[in-house]
Amino acid sequence: MIASWLCPTSVAGSAEEHAFVFDRGRPLRLLIVPALFDEANRLRRLTIEVMRRLDGAGIDSFLPDLPGCNESLQPLASQTPASWRAAMAAAAAEFGATHLLAMRGGALVAPDRLPGWRYVPLPGAAVLRQMLRTRILASREAGIAETQDGLLAKGLRDGLDLSGHALSARFLAELQKLEVPAAMRTSDIGQDLVGGAPLWLRAEPGEDRDQADALAAIIAVGMKA
Amino acid sequence: MAPDTDQQLRQILTDVLGLKRGQSQKFTAETGLFGHLPELDSMAVAGLLTEMEDRLGFVIEDDEVDGELLETYGSLLAFAKAKRATA
Repeated sequence: MIASWLCPTSVAGSAEEHAFVFDRGRPLRLLIVPALFDEANRLRRLTIEVMRRLDGAGIDSFLPDLPGCNESLQPLASQTPASWRAAMAAAAAEFGATHLLAMRGGALVAPDRLPGWRYVPLPGAAVLRQMLRTRILASREAGIAETQDGLLAKGLRDGLDLSGHALSARFLAELQKLEVPAAMRTSDIGQDLVGGAPLWLRAEPGEDRDQADALAAIIAVGMKA
Repeated sequence: MAPDTDQQLRQILTDVLGLKRGQSQKFTAETGLFGHLPELDSMAVAGLLTEMEDRLGFVIEDDEVDGELLETYGSLLAFAKAKRATA
């Protein structure tokens, strides 16, 4: 089910954004902050399978787009991690979220006032390193030699296109410094609790019924406790 | 005792490439990787290198990644062992 919500924009005002939701007006309401960039694609099936199971368990859930990603019409180049954080806080308010699940790098831009979980979070520098490396390998196949340091220096000056994601200099500067925030009201779910091989590692998006079962069980039990 | 680099590397390849259970156990030093495993494209190479760094505890420099590194399982394992010895 697709819903829309109003997201604050960098210029004064707001823009409509999409969210995939299971909303039957129930009291337990989970906001899911998606994984970032390519990992969002690789984990989307898992994320939605978790939502389907939570729906069966009587829990509403909401998966908003990060502005500039997925169905969003806003330019990615005008986003920053801070604007994403504001967007996710706005989505939490609009959907009346009671709990949070942040997928991977989503933990870096998740609202901090909600109780909930972070699925294998990672610091911004690790997100960036993986994207730089992918770009270097792709460039090499095209006969162009690039380095992480060289690309980053250029990106911090002019912005950078990483795997088709046009990121501004400000975005890169912020992302590079983002640590996984100290867990205030959330607990972290490691891959050992979910079992199986991490789906974000796969070059092609996949799904895993057992992993979706495990993740949904942890959340459903926790939300109903 | 440090965990076995050989077994860890087989597990990393299995996880990153989504190989069938047991497939990586059949790898020998001569098993071809890049250009031989259809799962191993340049996107997967980036994930493989990053996962090796995280799980095996070293940093791979840009200039250490060349065609020879991923030619065979043996060359990748020798690289991982050498990196670990100096990490």
